[in-house]
Amino acid sequence: MKTNRRKFLNFLIGGGLLGWISSVVYPIVSFLIPPKIPEANVNSVSAGTAADFPANTGKIIQFGRKPVLLFKDDNGEFHAFDGTCTHLDCIVQYRQDTKQIWCACHNGIYDMSGRNVSGPPPRPLEEFTVNIVNDEIIIINPAG
Amino acid sequence: MKILLFISIIFTGMLLYPGTTFIRAEITDQLIAEDNCVSCHMEMEILPVDFQKYDIHLQLGLSCAGCHGGDPSSDDPEESMDPKKGFIGKPALKDIPQFCGKCHSNIDFMRTYQPRIATDQVQQYYTSIHGKKLKSGDTKVAECVSCHTAHAIPSGKDGRSTVYPLNIPSMCNKCHGDSEHMQGYKIPTDQYEKYAQSVHGLNLLENKDLGSPACNDCHGNHGATPPGIESVSHVCGGCHVNNLEYFKESPMAKPYVELEIHACEQCHGYHKVGKTSDGMIGVGEESVCTECHTSGDAGYEAAEKIYTSLSNFVSIYDSAETKLKEVQRKGMDDVDILFLLKEAHQVLVHTRTLTHSFTPNKVEEKTQEGIEKSKQAIEKAGLEISDYYFRRRGFGIATLFITVLVIALFFRIRSMDKEKK
Amino acid sequence: MIKNIGQKIYAWVDERFELSPILKFMSEKNVPVHRHTAWYYMGGVTLFLFITQVVTGILLLFYYRPGADSAYESMRFILTEVNFGWLIRSIHSWSANLMVFFVFVHMFSTFFTRSYKKPRELTWLTGFVLLALSLGFGFSGYLLPWNELAFFATKVGTDIVGVIPVIGKPIMAVLRGGEDVTGATLTRFYAFHVAMLPAIFTVILFVHVLFVQKQGMSEPEGFSKNKKTMPFFPDFFLRDALLWMIVLNVLLFLAVFYPWDLGFKADPFSPAPAGILPEWYFIFMFQTLKMIPAHVLFIEGEVLGILSFLVAGLAWALVPFWELKSKRKGFSNPMNIIGIIALVYIIIMTIIGYTS
Repeated sequence: MKTNRRKFLNFLIGGGLLGWISSVVYPIVSFLIPPKIPEANVNSVSAGTAADFPANTGKIIQFGRKPVLLFKDDNGEFHAFDGTCTHLDCIVQYRQDTKQIWCACHNGIYDMSGRNVSGPPPRPLEEFTVNIVNDEIIIINPAG
Repeated sequence: MKILLFISIIFTGMLLYPGTTFIRAEITDQLIAEDNCVSCHMEMEILPVDFQKYDIHLQLGLSCAGCHGGDPSSDDPEESMDPKKGFIGKPALKDIPQFCGKCHSNIDFMRTYQPRIATDQVQQYYTSIHGKKLKSGDTKVAECVSCHTAHAIPSGKDGRSTVYPLNIPSMCNKCHGDSEHMQGYKIPTDQYEKYAQSVHGLNLLENKDLGSPACNDCHGNHGATPPGIESVSHVCGGCHVNNLEYFKESPMAKPYVELEIHACEQCHGYHKVGKTSDGMIGVGEESVCTECHTSGDAGYEAAEKIYTSLSNFVSIYDSAETKLKEVQRKGMDDVDILFLLKEAHQVLVHTRTLTHSFTPNKVEEKTQEGIEKSKQAIEKAGLEISDYYFRRRGFGIATLFITVLVIALFFRIRSMDKEKK
Repeated sequence: MIKNIGQKIYAWVDERFELSPILKFMSEKNVPVHRHTAWYYMGGVTLFLFITQVVTGILLLFYYRPGADSAYESMRFILTEVNFGWLIRSIHSWSANLMVFFVFVHMFSTFFTRSYKKPRELTWLTGFVLLALSLGFGFSGYLLPWNELAFFATKVGTDIVGVIPVIGKPIMAVLRGGEDVTGATLTRFYAFHVAMLPAIFTVILFVHVLFVQKQGMSEPEGFSKNKKTMPFFPDFFLRDALLWMIVLNVLLFLAVFYPWDLGFKADPFSPAPAGILPEWYFIFMFQTLKMIPAHVLFIEGEVLGILSFLVAGLAWALVPFWELKSKRKGFSNPMNIIGIIALVYIIIMTIIGYTS
């Protein structure tokens, strides 16, 4: 009787220990396996290849939780600005015809340097730095 | 030598910096000292009621005599206020536009103060109702002084100015809201009341958003005329560009012109432009479409379809928002979901604008785009929420193992102790 | 079969390194059994928590990036992208707090059982150094996420150091890596936290535990009469393991149900948020400083406060050397009174610090 009980307890201890070890080892091993994105980068975001980006077009890129407007002018230079209109927070767009940044909500207009030139927006758009590294477009938040 | 140059540049800079305000103040104090009109009237305490030092004419050296004429160098009232010396005195109400226009319509004169300044104010004024009535002898209407004051006119960008955007509605209301004053003119007197409740009014007066229109943004400044049929849409379309564009291309544009219905105003009002709601389109209680359309006609059907597309999108968007809140409450990562919702919201705003095309297909297409984004957000939210529960389940399993181990250890210890005894 | 293999390995190693004396020692090690035996476990729990800290700390090192531009972002990364990153981080934060708590418990229990008496003076002293190092660990580690709260808590904390006359400002500059709290402070605190403090702590911990092993567990007065003991292996060890399991479970519970916040990224140019408080184990000192009037006679209140704490700390560290010997027991024993005053003071000041 006693030895049976002993054996049962030993079994429990062994089994419990095994289970415990695996529930410690499993998270640690998972932790060490690199995640899909190998490193944190909310200060900079990649936005595709520079050559593939047509001139005189723009698009909205996700930067953390902010939309960023990236556009390429006729001379092939890239510009990036915070894509949130300073009036009532709509998302702005690049206008190919007028070559200005436009907000469709209340006809707010910014020039290519992000300055508010017409309509209700009270402030210019914050500028982001664009670097081309090996033909890859990297947008950087200058505020760090 | 270089040091001297450097020092003199710094010194001049130091003089010039306070110069702008300093010199202005000097002129005013000097002015008061040398200008007998001002000093006399000041001494005798008979300065005009609205006299202010920040008045721009005073600041620029155009004191009393600059408008009223006379000779400020003499302190003898008979000489200084001699009509032969050009003294005009207080102009009659109906002559005020010309009184001000003496300078303000003279481009050669005004150019010396501001190269780009407009000089057509008086001309515009006489095209307005105020101007026309004043010419015909009605002195109850507004003339220059009614809005600008006579002696307290700062720059229009100065917050103290009576024509600063935030001050304009209450200023117009001084006359237009006074039913006694407005008797006989056959126009309502509740414009300010209505405007103050509208989105534009609340935005301007409470949120201090200068981008929001005040009276003059729709009615014009000096040529104040109630907007006509075409003018209304044009005025609204100045800011609400896409709404007008879509409307012009819609099947409603031509019938409106033919039936002489005012476009934007018909559904949205003009002074009391309220917050729009999705119920305004469609065939429900709040609908404005059913004011003209009845069951069976093409418009009614289009309205129904548009409303269905829109409300479908809105309900999926709302559930995405609810899911987001749940993720946030559970303390899980919401960054990507927030961004997707931002994009979806932009599409929602666009969809609501697209209703002005009154074309169900266009609206349906847009809502599909928005629904897609909202569904992506919901999916991501779902992943985060299941991760939350995964963590708790994991904890439960670990606790299970630990509990087993603890109980087993406990009994082992007990049996060991018993053996010892 | 496992036993067989185990025995073979043991024989192989013993042949080369003579393990038998060590094993003999371990098998003979005894723990006194009396009504205060429970407190013997406190040191072990603290050790367990320290081991947890080292393990989770090393894991975090795989992904954490020090630097004003990357620290916060790498923390966010750990919490959102890395598998079980949230778990490792929350365990690390909770274990840090629990460890400091148990350090205090262990310290007070050894105080009230007079374990610091001859021949164990150095054990007490090294223990006090370990306490100070633990607080240093807590203070330096707190800054590493580079969030708003941490930034300002560090600013306030190092400001207080600067109040010490003569040497205060230079020490503050060395701590901060400059005049103000900047990215340089972060780098420096990182060096303290992952390199300097662990190295010193390990050495002193080793010495501390060595002393305990050499001298055995301290026995309460009048113990020699009944002399009941239990062998360390397996009795005490199993009980220790039991307790460690429970502590681990508590840790896991806290990590899952009360996860640690990340907060907002530090912005040196924004004003300090209202009601900045240091970590709870500093609150009693913080509250004391707040309550001292601005000037006491000719000394500035803050200076008096800091110096008082330094003197009190020194006195506490040197307790074995100036102990007021007395045969009285309970509340009439002078050392007990001193200990209770210290304990009650800390508790009450901490409560006031949070509720005012």
